Amino acid sequence: MIETTECIRASNLSFGYADGPTILDIPDLTVQSGERVFLYGPSGSGKTTLLGLIAGVLEPPSGTLSVLGHDVGALSSAERDRFRASHIGYVFQMFNLIPYLNVHDNIALPVRINEERKKRLGCSLDIAVKEAAAHLGIEQLLDEKVTRLSVGQQQRVAAARAILGAPELIIADEPTSSLDANRRHAFLELLFSNVAEAGSTLLFVSHDLGLADQFDRSLSLPELNHAGE
Amino acid sequence: MLLHLARQSLSNRLLTTSLTALSIAFSVALLVGVENVRTGMRESFSNTVSGTDLIVGARGGTIQLMLYSVFGMGSPVANISHETWEKWDEHPAVSWTIPYALGDSHQGFRVIGTNESFYEHYKYRGGQSISLAEGRPAEEVFDVVLGAQVAERLGYGLGDPISVTHGMSDVGFMNHDEMPFEVIGILDETFTPVDRAIYVTLEGITAIHLGWEEGGPPMPGEEIHADHVHEMDEIHVSQITSFFLGAESRAYTLQLQREISTSEQEPLTAVIPGLALSEMWQGIGYAEDGLMVISGFVVLVGLLGMLVSIYTSLDARRREMAILRALGAGPQRIVSLLVLEAGLLSALGAFLGVIFVYAGLAALQPWLEGEFGLLVPIRVLDQAQLMYIGAVIILGFVAGLVPALKAYRTALHDGLSVRV
Ligand SMILES: Nc1ncnc2c1ncn2[C@@H]1O[C@H](COP(=O)(O)OP(=O)(O)OP(=O)(O)O)[C@@H](O)[C@H]1O
Ligand SMILES: [Mg+2]
Repeated sequence: MIETTECIRASNLSFGYADGPTILDIPDLTVQSGERVFLYGPSGSGKTTLLGLIAGVLEPPSGTLSVLGHDVGALSSAERDRFRASHIGYVFQMFNLIPYLNVHDNIALPVRINEERKKRLGCSLDIAVKEAAAHLGIEQLLDEKVTRLSVGQQQRVAAARAILGAPELIIADEPTSSLDANRRHAFLELLFSNVAEAGSTLLFVSHDLGLADQFDRSLSLPELNHAGE
Repeated sequence: MLLHLARQSLSNRLLTTSLTALSIAFSVALLVGVENVRTGMRESFSNTVSGTDLIVGARGGTIQLMLYSVFGMGSPVANISHETWEKWDEHPAVSWTIPYALGDSHQGFRVIGTNESFYEHYKYRGGQSISLAEGRPAEEVFDVVLGAQVAERLGYGLGDPISVTHGMSDVGFMNHDEMPFEVIGILDETFTPVDRAIYVTLEGITAIHLGWEEGGPPMPGEEIHADHVHEMDEIHVSQITSFFLGAESRAYTLQLQREISTSEQEPLTAVIPGLALSEMWQGIGYAEDGLMVISGFVVLVGLLGMLVSIYTSLDARRREMAILRALGAGPQRIVSLLVLEAGLLSALGAFLGVIFVYAGLAALQPWLEGEFGLLVPIRVLDQAQLMYIGAVIILGFVAGLVPALKAYRTALHDGLSVRV
């Protein structure tokens, strides 16, 4: 399966937070569909910011940014919310689980909210949730409150939530930071097999350069980014 | 799905949620409670006397007439002659009359001279008759029947002797000590001014005043004693103060009133008690307006409290809202979630409030009635109260709308980057 379409395409992208300096100034960035990309850079270099721009969590930057063929800058904030929900699975650096829902409901939430994700399930929500949980080794925790999980377990819940309903683009912001070496390896395996099964594109952020060689391509943000030069 | 989220979210913040619901509950309870007390007050007042078509006294102010004959306050301007009363009593349109002879007291309680027709025809609170808890009506000259409160306060029982003071002063100067009255009956409690009076016969009142014809106490040695009274074959009652009148038919009331007021024989004033009572209520109704204003503010404060608590909880929930948005919940979904939460909360509060009211009324009713003569009825919520409660719930939804809109406008990223 050789895909040649572009999943992410940015040119002359420039962004700074409302009252701050320009943080990102990226002349060119392209990610092909189905690619597994490893993005690294020192803390504070703007990795999370770049992911936020791609996912439409932040206000669109100046320049061109198109994701899955949509011009992000042309979408309203509500449209970006819907677009993200339908097409992007995001494992947040801060996990962002809903504290008062149990593990099952947290994993199911985006599919419950979004019709398109639901259609792509191919089976009942309950079964899909159990499957995803089983993949990540948290199937016995489904009825647990998320606030009673360990950090590593929370990270896996966040990952299960992101891959449920096979979104075209999966963004993972340091999803392995709290895992030990063994778990980290297992986690990556599971993530890769899911991504491969769904044919999704994977954009993966980590400090841990040791993981880089398992990906199709590695990108160094400081090299891409011309801001502050 | 939305309801599930709202419920989970509310129960997750159980303490703040229940405090908010409680504050709404209390304001609703106060509102409905005050409203109940208000109607209770008005009804108690305007039902102080009922079934009487006219109250007649010497010419003077209608309010003054009402005050001294119904409420036992103030004193009559002048008396009515016995003949005049008899004339009206025998009038073909008149069914019955209750004479009142006022002016004496015992330990600060009024002594009222009346006759058997009082026990038969005096009605209060929508036609309830007075009844005797013990003993029998006053028939003999020295018979005394006590109002329930008098008996309780003074600790009197059947057979106790009583002396009567001339005038209303508490200090017993000019006591009619020579006249040995005796308690022969005690009335049931009515929670009206009837409870605070002492009833004797017209003859009894007249007997007290034998020898006082000059306007002052009899000269020493000229006092008339009980034995004398008993020896007299008939005590001539010459004056009364006022009388209650029941017409043969309600339809005659206005005509009788006109006839009595314009009578040449003696200048009289006749009032329709129901009308006079509602007029008086309007006069003192500012108290009612005051209560209304207070309940309005109570609700306002309750709703403000709810708004504040929803608003502050929102700050803590910025992250939660941001997560929901990040996962694709659209604006209307987030807004409806918050509005639904606020609505559920105020509905719960209102429901609790209604329970509080009924529980509170049931618990306090006997005390209110005993202590203040205020019968607060326990009844199904009336339309106005249902409207208040509806308004509270609707305002609850609206109160949720304000922070909901703000929540959606807050930048998504700000919410997501809140560190917890
Ligand atoms: N909400 C915000 N408002 C203003 N400035 C921000 C905000 N979030 C991040 N920044 C700034 O943008 C820069 C890049 O932050 P970002 O979170 O993208 O870094 P990062 O590469 O993800 O770091 P890390 O590896 O620690 O997660 C930092 O200098 C940070 O101070
Ligand atoms: Mg980061």
